[in-house]
Amino acid sequence: MGIRFILMVNKQGQTRLAQYYEWLTLEERRALEGEIVRKCLARNDQQCSFVEHRNYKIVYRRYASLFFLVGVDNDENELAILEFIHLLVETMDRHFGNVCELDIMFHLEKAHFMLEEMVMNGCIVETSKCNILSPIQLMDKTS
Amino acid sequence: MALSGMRGLSVFISDIRNCPNKEQERLRVDKELGNIRTRFKSEKGLTHYEKKKYVWKMLYIHMLGYDVDFGHMEAVSLISAPKYPEKQVGYIVTSSLLNENHDFLRLAINTVRNDIIGRNETFQCLALTMVGNIGGREFSESLAPDVQKLLISSSCRPLVRKKAALCLLRLYRKNPDVVNIDGWADRMAQLLDERDLGVLTSSTSLLVALVSNNHEAYWSCLPKCVKILERLARNQDIPQEYTYYGIPSPWLQVKAMRALQYFPTIEDPNIRRSLFEVLQRILMGTDVVKNVNKNNASHAVLFEALALVMHLDAEKEMMSQCVALLGKFIAVREPNIRYLGLENMSRMLMVTDVHDSIKRHQAQIITSLKDPDISIRRRALDLLYGMCDVSNAKDIVEELLQYLSAADFAMREELSLKAAILAEKFAPDLSWYVDVILQLIDKAGDFVSDDIWFRVVQFVTNNEDLQPYAAAKAREYLDKPAIHETMVKVSAYLLGEYSHLLARRPGCSPKEIFSVIHEKLPTVSTTTIPILLSTYAKILMHTQPADPELQKIVWAIFNKYESCIDVEIQQRAVEYFALSKKGAALMDILAEMPKFPERQSALLKKAEDAEVDSAEQSAIKLRAQQQMSNALVVTDQRPANGAPQTVGELSLVKIPSMSGDQHASTDQGLSQANGTLTTVDPQPASVDLLGDLLGPLAIEGPPGAAVQFELNAVSGLEGVPSSADYAAIVPVGEQTNTVQLMNLLEHVLMYNAMLFKQPIGNINERFYALCLKDSGVLYEDPNIQIGIKAEWRAHQGRLVLFLGNKNTSPLVSVQALILPPVHLKIELSLVPETIPPRAQVQCPLELMNLHPSRDVAVLEFSYKFGTNMVNVKLRLPAVLNKFLQPISVSAEEFFLQWRSLSGPPLKLQEVVRGVKPLSLTEMTSLFNSFRLTVCPGLDPNPNNLVASTTFYSESTRPMLCLIRIETDPADLTQLRMTVASGDPTLTFELKEFIKEQLVSIPTASRPPAPAPPAAQPTNPAALTDPGALLAGLL
Repeated sequence: MGIRFILMVNKQGQTRLAQYYEWLTLEERRALEGEIVRKCLARNDQQCSFVEHRNYKIVYRRYASLFFLVGVDNDENELAILEFIHLLVETMDRHFGNVCELDIMFHLEKAHFMLEEMVMNGCIVETSKCNILSPIQLMDKTS
Repeated sequence: MALSGMRGLSVFISDIRNCPNKEQERLRVDKELGNIRTRFKSEKGLTHYEKKKYVWKMLYIHMLGYDVDFGHMEAVSLISAPKYPEKQVGYIVTSSLLNENHDFLRLAINTVRNDIIGRNETFQCLALTMVGNIGGREFSESLAPDVQKLLISSSCRPLVRKKAALCLLRLYRKNPDVVNIDGWADRMAQLLDERDLGVLTSSTSLLVALVSNNHEAYWSCLPKCVKILERLARNQDIPQEYTYYGIPSPWLQVKAMRALQYFPTIEDPNIRRSLFEVLQRILMGTDVVKNVNKNNASHAVLFEALALVMHLDAEKEMMSQCVALLGKFIAVREPNIRYLGLENMSRMLMVTDVHDSIKRHQAQIITSLKDPDISIRRRALDLLYGMCDVSNAKDIVEELLQYLSAADFAMREELSLKAAILAEKFAPDLSWYVDVILQLIDKAGDFVSDDIWFRVVQFVTNNEDLQPYAAAKAREYLDKPAIHETMVKVSAYLLGEYSHLLARRPGCSPKEIFSVIHEKLPTVSTTTIPILLSTYAKILMHTQPADPELQKIVWAIFNKYESCIDVEIQQRAVEYFALSKKGAALMDILAEMPKFPERQSALLKKAEDAEVDSAEQSAIKLRAQQQMSNALVVTDQRPANGAPQTVGELSLVKIPSMSGDQHASTDQGLSQANGTLTTVDPQPASVDLLGDLLGPLAIEGPPGAAVQFELNAVSGLEGVPSSADYAAIVPVGEQTNTVQLMNLLEHVLMYNAMLFKQPIGNINERFYALCLKDSGVLYEDPNIQIGIKAEWRAHQGRLVLFLGNKNTSPLVSVQALILPPVHLKIELSLVPETIPPRAQVQCPLELMNLHPSRDVAVLEFSYKFGTNMVNVKLRLPAVLNKFLQPISVSAEEFFLQWRSLSGPPLKLQEVVRGVKPLSLTEMTSLFNSFRLTVCPGLDPNPNNLVASTTFYSESTRPMLCLIRIETDPADLTQLRMTVASGDPTLTFELKEFIKEQLVSIPTASRPPAPAPPAAQPTNPAALTDPGALLAGLL
């Protein structure tokens, strides 16, 4: 399976984007987000970017006020996921120009479009920023 | 800041953002949901733009954690919008809001297919992505050929093909049959020749899934993976866009190396050489650089290379190079690298013989056990656990014990379990083992599970030399001022058994031992008191000649507990009291516990089971597990004291008693689960928890009445429906009987269920539904559906089983066997051995009821699908009520009968407690659905209910049965029931039957609208003040 979910959460613990690649009920999602947000947000810079939770791992990274949390299977390559988060942020940067929490909040659909181009069914599809952004640019041009 | 194209959406989002608290947010969300709902309902249709806007709002609300239970249709309908922006929203929102089993998805399947086979490549991408994310089995069957065509098409652009690859991966996971291995292996190899890195990245993911199931078929892909790696490592023909901080797509490198780990080995020397060149370059050439991202990316590749090297069993030189690298990593400051160093060292332990070089790092690893980061501490603990052997067990276990008091709560349980296992596995001498466990209980009693102290008891019981030592130790701990309850249990047990061995030591006379234990009694819970009572009985028994004073005190205690509300305590008190009066006979009954049969430690099982979690296991993990299990002690499957299993009190319907030589576990499985699915597992996951758990509890010694009782109590617990459902799927011959360890079981079972086929729907609920109606589905799984249709006439019945094959391949080795209870004569016509694809066969069954009984016939059904043997046991709904005919009687008839049937055994009365609360109307319809005609108005008390019916069997003539229920409106959980008929067995069986229905009616079996054919209320005109009549009678 690889990636189970991708969450973007601000430091108050509010979810700004959630994309799941396995079906969870609303209650399960709420519980899961609550638990891992509590676990991850309490950690400091000197601690590693990996948190073991139930039978999977969270790989997370913080950018200013926003945390990117990615749930992966235990045998996933952690550093590759860690850098994949950075690739996602760089891609959003290229599109929004110095992306911030508000961009993701008010352009939820665009953030979703990007993610959709990068991850499918829990696997990485594309890592070229050009290719990731081309459908969005196409749409911006036409509208 | 540019607002998004949808103004309404932006306004809503900023409204939410401005909400000062959760309450306000909820109000705003509710308002919006109301608004959307009205819009969707309004007569004039919405434009696609409006729909799009509302659907995004729904997604936003869903993300905030609110339930959005409407508007799904609108989201799905956007998929068929003609314009890209709307269509895109439809696809994205649908895949976020719906799951693969949602009915609406089925409606969209045609539109999706049209998009996939259409010419518009942006539409193709959208459709492929959605199917790739949430496509279910139906999609799999109807779309797989189209998706495959796109993936290998030469005219298709990479942007479509990369999505097709992952879409196919999803469809393959839903139904592996959609990929025809023979035809596909070559295509897959060709795919890996691709130049486009996007297509390669997703194709490699597809390959990983395929080889993890069947590496044999994909050998031809192995050299291609090596080639991809070479191309990346040499940075040949890699577009700038795919280079990440100077590293050619680290993700593709990782994936390609991962795929290689699913092939057991590489035989071709040339390929092996080229691969090792690449790996060597990665191992040696990865330097620490300043840029964090570059550093991470290069180390991601490095760690994957390490894993691959370990997997390939490289030469010793390269291996020690790896250990050296890891040794360096676990000492660096960078926490990520330290974490991964520890993690990979643990993996290394499992596959190769590098223990000695790893042991050199022991001190560093112990330091990590005290790291401020819990993630790192966990890895260190895992590694220490893995590297422990006889040579370093003492050091490591003592380190763990020392750390235990400082460790955080989250880790203590794991820590103590691991310490206990290591102590057991590698104990240089057994007294050390006893010391460790007692220390463990002392320091972290709350985190020491029962298995741990059960195990120490087993060891002590089986090793005579150890007994005086253990008893003395236990005595020492009892002197401590405040000790954990588990310590009380284990010390009491040990002293009960062996304190007489200490009799000559100071402070160890029976009386002193007794009083030091008895001091603890006020502090312990009801689960411990039974153990203490046993200890007292044992001490009495060992006190020879008898000490009258001690006897008096102990008897007084037994006396006191004879009326204890806890039934376990009460029983023990009564029995011990009676036994201890027997004098010499007591010696035989309370003799020392016999040795336990050697068996695998439940602890080891527990630790192993925790490992089993994902279906796609890497080869390394699988191998590691095999190694683990080789090291284990041979398992003895018998329960500890060989006592036969008895049927739990809560099971709804009695099961026919089977012939004596029937396998005991069959009986047991049935009683627990009311319909079992047994899967014949080629390598049974042995779950011998029962033995370990119950063994030491059976303190009474050789199997006696009390042992029986305990087993009863435990199986009684099985009535908990959720766990019973899990228990329904157990490998044949396994003993699974403990609710406490259900979590663990779930783990194992879920794993089994993934490998094999799981029933659809709840077998129990289906059975209960069929008890009330005469046709429906009895059982269903992904391969077969068994339907049933029945007709009943007096004491005879005709039942037709419909066996439907749901697959496109035949089901073979089909077998059906009826295990009839003694009261039913059943003839089953021939069942064909093969059911052709998509075909249904009918098997009629003739039944005859000989005499009244609640026993139920069982259908043992098995078939083979592929290589899996599926074996299910299903109860047939030929239950007592099927042989009833509703009848309405006049008041005179009723009272005449009622009066003539005076008292037991023809008329039985019972107060039933713990009834599921039902209103009188609900109870009436329940009765009617069981063909008991409720006669309204017969009883003057409106809270009572009177019913009549006729029972048919071959041995008795049609028998009128009368029932009266008196309810208590203040407490619906209890009622008084009186049943009368002309046959004592019938009266009893009918009473029990009704009781079972009232005490535990599963909600699903609540009768639908009752429409009893002949149940007409009696004509009120015929009654002459029935109230007074009845009141006089009852």
